[in-house]
Amino acid sequence: MTHARSDEGVAGGEDVLGAGVLERIPDGSDLLTAEDIVVRFHTKRGVVHAVEGVSIAIRAGEVLAVVGESGSGKTIFTRRVMGLISGGNGTEVHGTVTYDGTKLTELSGKELSKFWGAEIALILQDPMTSLNPVKRIGEQLTETIVLHKRVTKKEAQQRAVELLRSVGLSEPERRVRQYPHELSGGMRQRVTIAIALSCNPRLLLADEPTTALDVTVQAQILDLLADLQSRLRMAMLLVTHDLRVVRSRSDRIAVMYAGRIVETAPTPELFAEPKMPYTEALMNAVPPIAGPNHIRLQVIPGRPPDLVNPPTGCKFSPRCPYAQEKCLTEEPPLREAGSADHQYRCWYPVGSEEGLKAKARNVERGRSAAGTP
Amino acid sequence: MTAARTERPAVAGAEQDGSESDVVLRLEDLVVEFPAGGGQTVHAVSGISLEVHRGETLGLVGESGCGKSTTGRAIMQLPKPTGGKVVFEGRDITKLSASELRELRPKLQMIFQDPISSLNPRRRIPDIVGDPLVVWGRGAEKEKIVPEVLSAVGLDPAQVADRRPHQFSGGQCQRVSIARALVLEPEVLICDEPVSALDVSVQAQILNLLEDMKARYGLTLVFIAHDLGVVRNISDRVAVMYLGKICELGETEALFDDPVHPYTRLLVSSIPSMETVTGADIEKADRGRGEMPSPINPPSGCRFRTRCPLADERCAAEVPEMREVRPGRYVACHHPILEPVGAAAAAEGA
Repeated sequence: MTHARSDEGVAGGEDVLGAGVLERIPDGSDLLTAEDIVVRFHTKRGVVHAVEGVSIAIRAGEVLAVVGESGSGKTIFTRRVMGLISGGNGTEVHGTVTYDGTKLTELSGKELSKFWGAEIALILQDPMTSLNPVKRIGEQLTETIVLHKRVTKKEAQQRAVELLRSVGLSEPERRVRQYPHELSGGMRQRVTIAIALSCNPRLLLADEPTTALDVTVQAQILDLLADLQSRLRMAMLLVTHDLRVVRSRSDRIAVMYAGRIVETAPTPELFAEPKMPYTEALMNAVPPIAGPNHIRLQVIPGRPPDLVNPPTGCKFSPRCPYAQEKCLTEEPPLREAGSADHQYRCWYPVGSEEGLKAKARNVERGRSAAGTP
Repeated sequence: MTAARTERPAVAGAEQDGSESDVVLRLEDLVVEFPAGGGQTVHAVSGISLEVHRGETLGLVGESGCGKSTTGRAIMQLPKPTGGKVVFEGRDITKLSASELRELRPKLQMIFQDPISSLNPRRRIPDIVGDPLVVWGRGAEKEKIVPEVLSAVGLDPAQVADRRPHQFSGGQCQRVSIARALVLEPEVLICDEPVSALDVSVQAQILNLLEDMKARYGLTLVFIAHDLGVVRNISDRVAVMYLGKICELGETEALFDDPVHPYTRLLVSSIPSMETVTGADIEKADRGRGEMPSPINPPSGCRFRTRCPLADERCAAEVPEMREVRPGRYVACHHPILEPVGAAAAAEGA
């Protein structure tokens, strides 16, 4: 229903969302590339290798999902891309982020802020702490608009109301005068989405946008994001720990483990033919929602590595059922599986001859090379 | 599916007719209210009744604020419920004195969501696990029982002997909490969101562990969680809660495959699925815009009516009573969806 309303806006030549769609670069070409991103934190305990050499390219109009458990470096990586983490003060950063021809990593904070909101927007996990508790919703919405667009306060106010309506918030005229605490979690997340979309960004970074929400609200927000994303032809980086969330809502997936990308592939291909044992294990560890109950879940033994002292060789080798001696000493590079779109890091990939042999050998000796039973 | 359904009622019926001794825990019209200031009251739990059979796992699901954790705590008498009965092994434990209740505590144990903050950071693991024994005057058996329980939950007793909680990950701390709960060999273990703070890979370990412990110690589990996939896998029967009331109760598989209450439907259709195909039309079942109303001022009649696609005047006027629509399936709804899933979808489409 709300969509119908904003469509009328298009007819009138003044759509609140999606203005400037035509100027956008064609779908499929790289909008943002991150090359060899490294983030290390120097702490008393030692150097935390949070992100080690991650490269991705987000294409215009696509949804790229980054999936990983806590401590995999997915959030730090997203923040580095956004420019929210920079070097100095015990933080070491390397690598370049290029957005539509501009090297973001070489810009000063002031220059960078021209991109924030206007070109690249961010949605965070916790909608309570990402809103200012002592400012009305309307003020927080118009702030970005007034900063980036040449509009009067009144126009900005109108736009705020329209934005709230387009993200499916009821009674938007009343909401702009309310404070964040008067809204529920789902409504607040709708407000942060409205703020993120207020200047028609071409790229939306969504860091666990639904993790703090209930399942029915989560479904609503994910539907909303998918709908807006396809309507506005906006590229999206969807960061999450839940593979189920991205299954039907992403074009490509990058799986992160211990600060590295361990596998990246188009979504259907990743689910059909995972190559990296970690991807496979992650899929099997989720309780199924069909079939009989009391299924014995396949566990991944152990826990994610300590990023101060990560294991040598393949970072997943201590937990991997396929691990051989080679895995413990040599870190596998990203290799292509069939196409350049599907890459993985593994010496004994799932489903391959070597992989099957490696697993059989481990079953035979009753443990993997790392000694895991 | 039809075959499965014709089979199941017999089983469910047998459970229903089971003697009193089969019911280890019974809630009768349980009410929990909290003062909210300004003369207002939070109606956290508003009259729920259910039975937990010996040896089963009863799942309690619902969204945040539906009262599922409050129900779990009310069973433990933490705090005592405002009204209603909690009958444990034939005795109404809400009427017991503090000392009588204390006698019962070993049989009713609980584990919590945040494993790290539920352990004392200054104490060593074997002391944490052995403490219940000391409290019950069985300190002498500590040397024997504690290592047993620790190895049962997958921790090496020698390795953890000198360790404190901060030296462990969340998953391992949850193992310690489980060990502490099991050391007195309880009858009923109440698990309040035991895996929601854990990563997927670790979550599976703990879920398998709970199944093992249930078999080994002959436990009855009340499993409270918001993750439907998790509840579906571990529970024999599931009760779905919404705003302080149970809306549907039944055998797990049947309930998830063929939900009868509109809210259960909404909930089940909202689970992000591993099985759906990318790019295909995501079935946007009536996702009922809006969220759960405040428990301070719950809607009259049926509490789900503000979000329910089927609601009419009757739902506003009359509180739906829990009734058995199929053997073993209880629903509190004036307009339960009784035709099979396919037919209902076809009707909606038309």
